[in-house]
Amino acid sequence: MSQNRQIRDVVFVDGVRTPFGKAGDKGIYAGTRADDLVVKCIRELLRRNPGLPAGRIDDVAIAATTQTGDQGLTIGRSAALLAGLPKSVPGFAIDRMCAGAMTAVTTTASGIAFGAYDVVLAGGVEHMGNHPMGSGADPNPRFLSERLVDPAALNMGNTAENLHDRFPAITKDRADAYAAASQRKLAQAYGNGQIQPDLVPVATRKPGQGWTLNSVDEPPRPGTTVEDLASLRTPFRAHGRVTAGNAAGLNDGATVALLAAADTAAELGLPVRMRLVSFAFAGVEPEVMGVGPVPATEKALKSAGLTIADIGLFEINEAFAVQVLSFLDHFGIDDEDPRVNRYGGAIAVGHPLASSGVRLMNQLARQFEEDPTVRYGITTMCIGLGMGGTIIWENPHWTGGTDSKENAA
Amino acid sequence: MSMDDYTALAAQFADEIVTHSLVQDVDLPGGGGTLALITLDNGFDHKRPTTLGPNTLVELGILLEKLRDRAAMGEIAAVGVTGKPHYLVAGADLSAVKRLHEREHGVLMAQLGHEVYSTLNDMGVPSFVFINGIALGGGLEIALNANYRTVSTGAGSLGLPEAFIGLVPGWGGVYLLPRLIGPANAVKVMIENPLSNNRTLTGPAAFDLGIADALFEPADFLEQSLAWAGRVVRGELTVQRPHAVSEPLSAADSAAWDQAVAAARAFVQARTSNAAPAPARAIDLLEQGKNYTKAESFEQENLALADLMQTDEFHSTVYAFLDLVQKRGKKPAGAPDRALARPVTKVGVVGAGLMASQLALLFARQLRVPVVLTDIEQARVDKGVGYVHAEVDKLLSKGRISADAANRTKALVTGSVSKDVFADADFVIEAVFEELGVKKQVFAEVEAIVSDSCILATNTSSLSVTAMAEDLKHPERLVGFHFFNPVAVMPLLEIVRAPKTDDAVLATAFETAKALRKTAVLVKDAPAFVVNRVLGRMFGEITKVFDEGTDAATADNALRPMGLPMTPFRLLALVGLPVGQHVQESLHAAFGDRFHVSANQQRLIDAGRKGLWEQDGEGRSVVPQETLDLMTFGTTPSTGEEVLVRTQDALADEIGRMLAEGVVAGPEDVDLCMITGAGWPMHLGGITPYLDRVGASERVLGHRFHAAAARQVA
Repeated sequence: MSQNRQIRDVVFVDGVRTPFGKAGDKGIYAGTRADDLVVKCIRELLRRNPGLPAGRIDDVAIAATTQTGDQGLTIGRSAALLAGLPKSVPGFAIDRMCAGAMTAVTTTASGIAFGAYDVVLAGGVEHMGNHPMGSGADPNPRFLSERLVDPAALNMGNTAENLHDRFPAITKDRADAYAAASQRKLAQAYGNGQIQPDLVPVATRKPGQGWTLNSVDEPPRPGTTVEDLASLRTPFRAHGRVTAGNAAGLNDGATVALLAAADTAAELGLPVRMRLVSFAFAGVEPEVMGVGPVPATEKALKSAGLTIADIGLFEINEAFAVQVLSFLDHFGIDDEDPRVNRYGGAIAVGHPLASSGVRLMNQLARQFEEDPTVRYGITTMCIGLGMGGTIIWENPHWTGGTDSKENAA
Repeated sequence: MSMDDYTALAAQFADEIVTHSLVQDVDLPGGGGTLALITLDNGFDHKRPTTLGPNTLVELGILLEKLRDRAAMGEIAAVGVTGKPHYLVAGADLSAVKRLHEREHGVLMAQLGHEVYSTLNDMGVPSFVFINGIALGGGLEIALNANYRTVSTGAGSLGLPEAFIGLVPGWGGVYLLPRLIGPANAVKVMIENPLSNNRTLTGPAAFDLGIADALFEPADFLEQSLAWAGRVVRGELTVQRPHAVSEPLSAADSAAWDQAVAAARAFVQARTSNAAPAPARAIDLLEQGKNYTKAESFEQENLALADLMQTDEFHSTVYAFLDLVQKRGKKPAGAPDRALARPVTKVGVVGAGLMASQLALLFARQLRVPVVLTDIEQARVDKGVGYVHAEVDKLLSKGRISADAANRTKALVTGSVSKDVFADADFVIEAVFEELGVKKQVFAEVEAIVSDSCILATNTSSLSVTAMAEDLKHPERLVGFHFFNPVAVMPLLEIVRAPKTDDAVLATAFETAKALRKTAVLVKDAPAFVVNRVLGRMFGEITKVFDEGTDAATADNALRPMGLPMTPFRLLALVGLPVGQHVQESLHAAFGDRFHVSANQQRLIDAGRKGLWEQDGEGRSVVPQETLDLMTFGTTPSTGEEVLVRTQDALADEIGRMLAEGVVAGPEDVDLCMITGAGWPMHLGGITPYLDRVGASERVLGHRFHAAAARQVA
């Protein structure tokens, strides 16, 4: 039997997300459940892809960093039931902190490649208002007693300050300039209508206010200048460099993507928006977790037989500006390189931990459509406790115009 | 008029739980501008339904007027209304409406609703109602008055129950509904359903009838409704209303309208004998509304509402439905603290006859614990268990229960010829022959087997529970558990406390009744308890006037104004003449000549007759001459009016005695028993408000059952 086994191509068919909200009592999703956010995404994906019979979905993988309360109860399965998928469709929960949704995608994609699945839903959710970062965690005392991990590494802001220490060339001014650009690029993308098509409006209700409909992201601060950012305090270290302005905020939101085997997509007439080329995860010192995307990307490039020069578009999660800049410096890419985060990034739009991976994919897929000169792009992100994850995608709309692969090969 | 004209009315209801009109601007998905989204919300959770009182309506009216101004200024492109979770609105605040003692206030309340709802109909921009949950009466009429409606598949309890409550759908429903969904469908919704146990519609049913223009699932109902509204506002979608009737009416529509009116009248005649005024008034409005303008209809609706708000039938229905069935039925007077109740994990039923089998089925289905039937003969046991299994199969074939539930229920019910199977039961009920000696012997045998804490219950309808307990080792464990036939259908359970019954046993009995989904009423151990005693007194009067020489039709139809579900002689035939006679004899034995035992009835029984009335060759009800020949009659016939007054007085006398004896806590319990155990009409409040109204209680007892202030009629 194994002689007949073939690896199948995996394609990204579609992805949607809820507008992201600010965590906390005043945020748009205060009083709204995390699992309900996932449900809205699943139902929208099915509406957008009427060619897909719901019964053909082979699994539903949903990530969450904190898997209790409204993010507990094996959220992939419970969200599938709540979304009204047939009871024959299974589901599971997944966790790799910030790279939860990304791992949901790579795990189920592996299942497709192996032949176990034809069609899957993969995504993530984090309601950081309902589940503050680290809540309920019980770090093993051995971390401390055996100096396995600097306790400071459990606070992500500290790891960002550590990264500034490691790379003195990355100054606060550079970080602020990068952050202001992120806000500007997101505002432009909104203006161009490049963000809205993948958003699922969510109705929410608060006591004394009644129902409303949330159709846009809450966190962005368009018009932010470097001067505005310069004055912000540095909460993680006195006279430090990391501020609320050059880091992603604390957010609520959910994302879900639809993946399929290439042959199944053809059979059902589903659009192919990206083709998965390779992926990799890598570990680094937890104290500088932000540098994780570097080894992860090198690993993914290697397994794909590509070099960084082959990559025409980068969607890198902006947990912290310093973490993006350390990646760009490593690969010799300019801070303002137009291939990087064309629609801005998490500093502007927000980063509901386990959900963000699919947001990067939605945006890369749209940029692929817009830019058929690009053949390869990556989505990459840093991950708490010292990890990075990278997926390399191929653009099905690539016209062969500027084939950088030729150069690499 | 403006909302200012209603502030005085609203001020009378300072304690109203106001359903607030919360509003937020939302962008229509896909473009098209701003929709002002109103949420109707009283600030409480689902346990407190949102209702419409005068303050609520004034607040909504003021908001809608503001939004109409904003629409005129081009600030908003649409208006939408929805509710808090589970409710659009549960209807008018009846506790407020019943306090509108002045007719002019009733008129004002009716006008207020029309004023507010008409604004919603004419905003200058499209108006939408998103029916997310329960929408009854004035709640559904909000939706009917809007330009467009969506409904959730998860919404239930949609309807216009006004005809049941004693009002008419007078906030536009009676005019708008037949035009929206066609007159025949409208009759179903506003006449037939209310008068069929107050049946309501689900979301999908409302959509199929044409009440809503679009149907969405609850998971993203509001999001999809808003997206749909966006398409309507942008003109991308033309709403189809296949059942709608447009004006001027075509000849075919006009004929269908007349036909629907005629069918409605026939239905009401058959169901209620026109005993209550509201359904007829609703049909009048429907009939005349065919040719009314909207304004003319609304004017007539106001008058009808104002008239009906002052009727005894409306006040009695509010008393019967809200105060008794909804409130007292759920919190029985005199029930001990439920914390005292013990768990019931296995039930024994002594006997395997029809009653015992019905009890076994009920206990197994509702309590979901093992139920074991016993009888002395294996064949009877097999028959009893077989009955239960066959009934379960019937439920399965009708799709009422799943195959798994059917398997489970069948497996729960077993039988035995030995009472040893009761050893681990917590609750053993007997349904054996109605004779004290037999029952005492059964309980003596059971008590030798069961644990000391096992509760013993008797389903006796006429014997003394006190006497039954006398020789028990643990008399405190015996309680009366009197069901009504058919057990699966009749809601009432009379729970009989004997002098020694202890609180834990009684509390367990009430908790068990609740688990069985029965309406429990606590009664003292007195012959025939409540329902059979009241019915027995009534039967006694009717058979007596018949025996005295009143003809059958006069005697049997005299009580029509009491709105009984069935005439006395027909009910006796249904119960079975021998059973009725047996009850009558035991009542006579207990109370003497107040309870007439008819020699003529005995002659019918002896001759094997099933009842007085028979169908002749042409389907008419007659008493055959050979039946009459069996009997002897006196020479002092009464008129129908005399029979009615005599029966009223007899019932007032009997109920007065029951209250004096402390059989129940108050006249409310008598009414609750007669409504849920005998199907007596809510529009008369059961019986005691009726006896007050016709003066019987004053005549016989010298006082009313209810203080006059409790139901003031101007």
